[in-house]
Amino acid sequence: GADPSARQLCFAWGPAEVLVCETRFGRAGGSRSRSRPLSRPGSRALTGSVAGTGEGDAGSSRVFVVRRDQDIYIQTLRKLFNESHGIFMGLQRSEEELAGRSRKAQLVQVSKNYRSVIRACMEDMHQAAVSARDPALHGQYSTQVSILSAMELIWNLCEILFVEAAAAGPLLLRLLDWVRLHVCDVDSMVREVLSSENPSKHKLFWNVVDVFVLQGRMDEARHLLSKEATANPTSMNMYKILDDLMKKMPVPSLGNTQTLTELELKWQHWHEECQRYLQDGTFASSPHMESICKILLGDEEAILEKKELLTTWYHFLVTRLLYSHPTVKPMELRFYAQSSMDLFLGGETSPEPLDMILMAAFEFEMHQVIKECSIVLSNWWFVAHLTDLLDHCKLLQSHNLYFGSNMREFLLLEYASGLFSHHSLWQLGVDYFDHCPEFGRVYLELHIERIPLNTEQKALKVLRICEQRQMHEQVRSVCKIMAMKALRNNRLGSALSWSIRAKDAAFATLISDRFLKDYCERGCFSDLDLIDNLGPSMLLSDRLTFLGKYREFHRLYGEKRFPEAARLLLTLMTAHIAPCSFWMTLLTDALPLLEQKEIIFSAEQTYELMRCLEDLTAGNRDKQKLQEDDVETTKVEMLRLALARNLARVIVKEGTVEGS
Amino acid sequence: DNADSSTLHAVTFLRTTEILTVNSIGQLKIWDLRQQRNEPSQIFSLAGDRVPLHCVDRHPNQQHIVATGGQDGMLSIWDIRQGSMPVSLLNAHEAEMWEVHFHPSNPDHLFTCSEDGSLWHWDASTNVSEKPSFLHQGGRSTAYLSHSTINQSVVSAWLSNDPTKDRMEITNLIPNQTLSVNSLDVLGPCLVYGTDAEAIYVNRQLFA
Repeated sequence: GADPSARQLCFAWGPAEVLVCETRFGRAGGSRSRSRPLSRPGSRALTGSVAGTGEGDAGSSRVFVVRRDQDIYIQTLRKLFNESHGIFMGLQRSEEELAGRSRKAQLVQVSKNYRSVIRACMEDMHQAAVSARDPALHGQYSTQVSILSAMELIWNLCEILFVEAAAAGPLLLRLLDWVRLHVCDVDSMVREVLSSENPSKHKLFWNVVDVFVLQGRMDEARHLLSKEATANPTSMNMYKILDDLMKKMPVPSLGNTQTLTELELKWQHWHEECQRYLQDGTFASSPHMESICKILLGDEEAILEKKELLTTWYHFLVTRLLYSHPTVKPMELRFYAQSSMDLFLGGETSPEPLDMILMAAFEFEMHQVIKECSIVLSNWWFVAHLTDLLDHCKLLQSHNLYFGSNMREFLLLEYASGLFSHHSLWQLGVDYFDHCPEFGRVYLELHIERIPLNTEQKALKVLRICEQRQMHEQVRSVCKIMAMKALRNNRLGSALSWSIRAKDAAFATLISDRFLKDYCERGCFSDLDLIDNLGPSMLLSDRLTFLGKYREFHRLYGEKRFPEAARLLLTLMTAHIAPCSFWMTLLTDALPLLEQKEIIFSAEQTYELMRCLEDLTAGNRDKQKLQEDDVETTKVEMLRLALARNLARVIVKEGTVEGS
Repeated sequence: DNADSSTLHAVTFLRTTEILTVNSIGQLKIWDLRQQRNEPSQIFSLAGDRVPLHCVDRHPNQQHIVATGGQDGMLSIWDIRQGSMPVSLLNAHEAEMWEVHFHPSNPDHLFTCSEDGSLWHWDASTNVSEKPSFLHQGGRSTAYLSHSTINQSVVSAWLSNDPTKDRMEITNLIPNQTLSVNSLDVLGPCLVYGTDAEAIYVNRQLFA
C-alpha cells in the first residue's frame, strides 16, 4: 500500500471515501501524516484499488481508495449502532443532579444496557454464522462474534473496576461473576457430564468438579461430590469433611452484614482448618480430593495444574484471589494481575493485545485501555461509547489532545464522522455531533452538506435538522441542490418551491427567467397552479414578483377586466418591475387592448406607453440596424400606429367628457 | 403526467372514481378520473403561507371528511363538500407530520406520526368522560384540546364545532422520543410504526 513514511501523500475527500495518492515529494522529518486514516494501519480497512495511469516517477502512479468504515455496512451490527445511540442519548439527557449512590446506580445501569446490546448483537451474529452456507461468510461472522465477545469482556471489566468501582469484598464477587460469564470453553463439557446417566462414572467427572471449585461454585461442586459419595461409600468420610469445608468457606457478602476485618478473621480460621486436614493426610487416598483441598488452600501450583480448565490467565488470577486473598483491594489488583499473567503464560507465549488491554484495566490505566482498544479495533464504536461513559463518571481528566479537544470529544467526532458515510445511519451521527461542545457544530456543518440527497424526504429531514440548529448556510445549500435537480428534470414548479423555502432570491430570479423564457417560446404558462398561488412569497425576488403579476395580468385579461389589466400592465413597465428584455412582449400584449372598441388606456397612460416604446427603440437604435428583423420593425410600427390612434381617440373622448 | 407543478406528497382514493392528492405548496386537489382533462376538478388550500402538505387520509365511512398533515405539524380536517378552507386546524406536532390515518373500523380515532419522534392517537369518540383523567404510564401523556373551528357542520365528531362540549383526547404513544417516526399503519387492535432508528414497533393492544 501507500507508504506514508517514504513519501508525502495527497488526498481528496469524497462522499464516502478518501482518494489518496503518493506524491513525488519525500517525507521531510517525522511530521504527522496528513491523511489520518493511513497512520493507523491496524484500525482502518485499507482497500487498495489500482487506478490511474503510470506516469512520472515510478512509485507515484497509484491512487488508493480509502474506505472510511467498513463495519457500518455489516447488517447485523446495525442493531448495535441504533440501540447504542438510544442509550447514549438517554445518558446525555439523564439527571446530572443525582449525586452519589443513585447516580452511580444509574451509570451502572447504562453500562449494563450497553453490554446487553452487545450480547444481543452477538446472538444475532452467532445465528447468522450458524446459518451461513458460504464458508467465507461463516468465517467473517465468527470473527465478528469473537470480536464482540472480547468487547463485552473488556467492557464488563471496566464496568466493575471503573464505573461501579467495586470496593474490596464485593470486588471479588463481581470478578467471579465476570469470569463465570466469560469463560465458556468448559460449558459443553459440564453439560455433557451433568446430563449423563451416571455422572460420577463419567471420565470427565473430576474435571467438572474442578471447574466448579475453580470458579467458586461451591454448591454445584458439593452436589456433584455427593453423587460420587453415594456411588463410592468407602470415601464417605473424606467426602463429608471436604463437603463441610466447602460449605463453611467464608465469602464476601454484598450486603453490609460483615466488615472486612470480620471476614478476614473467619477466613483465617477456615484456612487453618483446611491446612490441618491436609497435613493430617485425610485426603491421602484420593488424589482428586487432595488436589481440591490444595486448591481451597490457594496453592498456586495446584491451581496451575488445572491450566486447561482455567483456559485464561485472568481466570487464574481470580481463582488465586478467591482462595488466597478474598479481601483484595482494587489497588492491589495490579500486582496480582502481573504475576498471574507471568505464571500462567510461563514465558512460552507472549501476551496478546486482549491480554494487554485487560492488564491495563487491572492497573487502572484508563487511558491506556482506551488507547490500546483504539489500535486493535477496526471501529470507533467501542472506545467512543466507553469513553463517554467514563467521562460521565467523571473519571477522565481532561486530557488535551493535539487538536485542542479532549479525548471523549475526539473519539465521538471520529465515530460520528464514520457514520455519516452510511445512507441511513447518518442521522445517529447528527445527535453525536450535537453532544460534542467544541467542534461538533463545525463537523456537522461540513458533513451535512455532503450527504447525497437521493430522495426528497431525505432532503426534508436534512433541512429540518439544519433549521433546528440555525445553520442557514447549509439550508440554502441543500435547497439549491434540490432546486438544481428539479430544474434539470424540467420541474420548474418544484425548483421554485425549493428556492422559496431557502429564501434564495438569486435562484428564484433564475427560475423565473426560465418560466418567462418558456412562455415566450410556447406562448403559454406551465405550472399555473404554482404561480397563481404564490402569495406573499412572490416578494422574494423582483423577477418572481413580475412573473406573478404578469400572470395576474393574463388572468385579468381572460376575465375581461380590461381597465384593471391595463393599469397592471402599465405599472409593470413604469415601476421597472419588468426586465427590459420583456418590455417588447409587454407592449405587444398591450396591442389588443389598444385595438379594442372601447377606450381602455387614458391619455396619460398612452403617453406613458409611448415613452416606454421610445425608450426601448432608442436603446435598440445603437445596435446593428442590419440585423433588425422585419417582424420587429413591423411590430414597432404597428405599436406606434395603435398608440397614436388610441391617443387620438382618447383626447377626443376626454375632451368631450370634460366639455359636457 | 405533469399533473402538478410541485412535488406530490401523497395520494389516496376518495371514491372509486376520484382521487385526492396533496403537494408541496399546500394544496389539496381532487381529481376526477372520469373526466379526461389533465386538471384537478377542485383545489383547496390554506390561505397564507404555502405550507407543504405531506399526507392525506379520508374518513372510512364519511367520504367528505378528509384529514391532512403538514410540514409544520399541523393537522387539518377538511369538509370537501363545502368551502375551500379546512374545517379545523389543530396544532399538533413540532415537526413535519409524515402520516395520518383514520382507524378503519373505529373512525373516531385518528393516528398521526411525525419527524419529531412522536405518534399521536386522537380520540374524538363522544363517550369520553367529562372529568379528564391524566394517564401517566411511563412516558405517556394525555392532553385535552378543544379545537378552534372555522366552518359549521354537525354531522361527525370531527366536524363539530362546539368547543365546550367536545373535547378530544390525545395520547402520545411513544415513551422515549429520539428519532423520527416515518410511517404507521393501523388495523383492528394493532398498530405498527417504523422509525428512523431502523426499528419497527408493533403494538397489539391499542384499545386495552
